[in-house]
Amino acid sequence: MKFEGKQKAKPGIPLSSLPDIVFLLLIFFMVSSVFKEFSGIPVILPDAKRIEKLAGKRDVAYMWVSKQGDIFVDDRPVSTGQVSTIMLAKARDAKHPLKLVSLKIDKGAEMGIVTDVHEALRNADAPGALNVNYSAKPAL
Amino acid sequence: MLVEKKKKRETEVPMASLADIAFLLLIFFLVTTTIDVDRGIGLTLPAKGEETEVRTKNISNLLINATGEVLIDDEIISIQDISRVVREKLIENPQLILSVKTDRLTKYEHYVQALDQLKIAKATRISIAEPEK
Repeated sequence: MKFEGKQKAKPGIPLSSLPDIVFLLLIFFMVSSVFKEFSGIPVILPDAKRIEKLAGKRDVAYMWVSKQGDIFVDDRPVSTGQVSTIMLAKARDAKHPLKLVSLKIDKGAEMGIVTDVHEALRNADAPGALNVNYSAKPAL
Repeated sequence: MLVEKKKKRETEVPMASLADIAFLLLIFFLVTTTIDVDRGIGLTLPAKGEETEVRTKNISNLLINATGEVLIDDEIISIQDISRVVREKLIENPQLILSVKTDRLTKYEHYVQALDQLKIAKATRISIAEPEK
């Protein structure tokens, strides 16, 4: 008799709270997701061991430099001379002033062009443009 | 009679499909969210006209040539050895500034590796010198 009583208890997952859980997850992903603004150009990033995360995603300017030395800012090809003007304009943006420049440079690029980019960033005369981050993949 | 009938009709939003809609939205956000954050080596460039003169004993020149060979204070080492050599130098002189100088034809990969090695050696005073033209 005792055994029978135990067997009669039906095992089941409470499904009534499922929509609540799903909604909670949904809200979490909606809030946390930041859409990729720019797809950029395909570059092979170098490897590094001591890498740090980018602080904020919204106040970052992305810059791509291909192996051939072509510079792209926000999906538009630019010349080294234009970089300073663009960065200054970004720094003066009232909503999201520039705080960091993420440099996605191909590992095969030559230092000459990288130095030109450095110079252009320094010429921008904006404190945010001086903080650079060389994007790299974590080395194994 | 007709009016009464209309009043009795219950207005309800179908709740059964709510979970399905929520699931669909959830999957959409799951797929579009980019979890991988951008990572890299951080560095602050000096502002324009901020060049300062340093005493020569407080500075170590780190030269990287176009083929990826490294010369630190007239000593040829490989890129992987930079952290060890620099760490020894920093123990001797904690005020040491590492001046990284590259050729215009140096590969960016070697430059990042050298910077990485300096970060491993916990060198905080890093200077980027302009390549000689």
